[in-house]
Amino acid sequence: MMANLYPLLIIAVVLFIVLNLAAGLIWVERRLLALWQDRYGPNRVGPFGLGQVLADSVKLFTKEDWIPPFADKGVFVLAPGIIVATALLSFAVIPLAPGFVVADLNIGLLFLLAMSSLGVYSVVLAGWASNNKYSLLGGIRASAQMLSYEVFMGLSLLGVVIQAGSFRLTDIVEAQHKVWFVVPQFLGFVLFLIAGVAETRRLPFDLAEAESELIAGFHSEYSGMKFGMFFVGEYMAVILISAALALLYFGGWLGPVLPAGLWFAIKTLAFICLFILLRAALPRPRFDQLMLWGWKYLLPLALINILVTGAVVLALR
Amino acid sequence: MLSLLRSLWEVFRHAFHKRETIQYPEEKPYLAPRYRGRIILTRDPDGGERCVACNLCAVACPVDCISLQATEDEHGRRYPEFFRINFSRCIFCGFCEEACPTYAIQLTPDFEMGEYNRQNLVYEKKDLLVDGPGKYPDYNFWRIAGVAIGGKDKGQAENETAPVDLHSLLP
Repeated sequence: MMANLYPLLIIAVVLFIVLNLAAGLIWVERRLLALWQDRYGPNRVGPFGLGQVLADSVKLFTKEDWIPPFADKGVFVLAPGIIVATALLSFAVIPLAPGFVVADLNIGLLFLLAMSSLGVYSVVLAGWASNNKYSLLGGIRASAQMLSYEVFMGLSLLGVVIQAGSFRLTDIVEAQHKVWFVVPQFLGFVLFLIAGVAETRRLPFDLAEAESELIAGFHSEYSGMKFGMFFVGEYMAVILISAALALLYFGGWLGPVLPAGLWFAIKTLAFICLFILLRAALPRPRFDQLMLWGWKYLLPLALINILVTGAVVLALR
Repeated sequence: MLSLLRSLWEVFRHAFHKRETIQYPEEKPYLAPRYRGRIILTRDPDGGERCVACNLCAVACPVDCISLQATEDEHGRRYPEFFRINFSRCIFCGFCEEACPTYAIQLTPDFEMGEYNRQNLVYEKKDLLVDGPGKYPDYNFWRIAGVAIGGKDKGQAENETAPVDLHSLLP
């Protein structure tokens, strides 16, 4: 009986953590952005302004959930569901601590990449179903951006896979007992970081939204909780990429003194803060610059990284 | 590429800078003495009303939020019978203060006049009139103006020469 309940417990805990963290990031992001802009941010509702999370969610839930009459209704409703579903599904393979994972797949890393790639369907379909030229432009941009950044995102991770000899995330973490992969795989880390930010479609890579050019891009027509789901999906993607960075390059839960889960949480939160710092500091590139960087510099670099890593690993064998 | 890292670092350092925010209800911002806030009607140093009900403020007002009715007292001195400012229309442009020939109407550094009921934003003369002289402590229009009113005849104002005796001007 208990053996059957244990996986359910893990699922419940993971869902609880991820959903609460995604909601809490509304507050975290606003406070941190304010911190770096010499302001305070929301500090009135509840202790430290934490009640802002509740206020924002109540607002989102009670807003009119309007579907434009010119929209493609079915797809329009489906799109925000996809982004949340794929983001939540990818957390199934993320181990929070040794043994504390919903599904320890032997292709965990591939599953992660596949799920985060599926997320782009949400954006493209939302842009298409909105039947609005700005939304469509946002959707097209998202698909082009995903296509070019997905390629070297996967390739940049192959260095880690070569060194660990496994796609299983638990194995990859265990392979970092001696030295974290960020040291031998520094280039791969930088590439994955850039690709990860592009994957979450956050500033400086938020060309799909680009409020200064495309109003709000793919979610211009969305309101109420459908918009909220895009929001939550984006935050969950941030958590996911941060967790992946911590797992693949910074030794996941490995660390002295503190318990395993806490180390993982600290590393993930540090990367989440880095994501917000990137948003606070960097401007959005032009679209052609984005594509040019992706194909002309980052993809060849990722290929070189694989080549060198493979050669070194082979030579040392 | 290095410039991106540099801007990341520069932005991060802002975490340790002084905050620009003034925590408003607890901490009041400094307002300049000539801030254009709540409008008042002032009195001269002798305690009399400065307003002479000339209607210039009402005419200057771009949103027509001032209304008043002139009347005279027993000395022939004009003053407003009623003076009403509708602050739900007022845009605090300060034109009334500029137009006022007697420094009677003045804007003050006070903006905290929120109300739940719109009608409460209509200020009557008793709400507008204050006891002090405002920004011009020594100014008294009637002491300077060459107008004869009760208790002051022609030529008795400050810096005013006595009126010329027309008969002495004969050739």
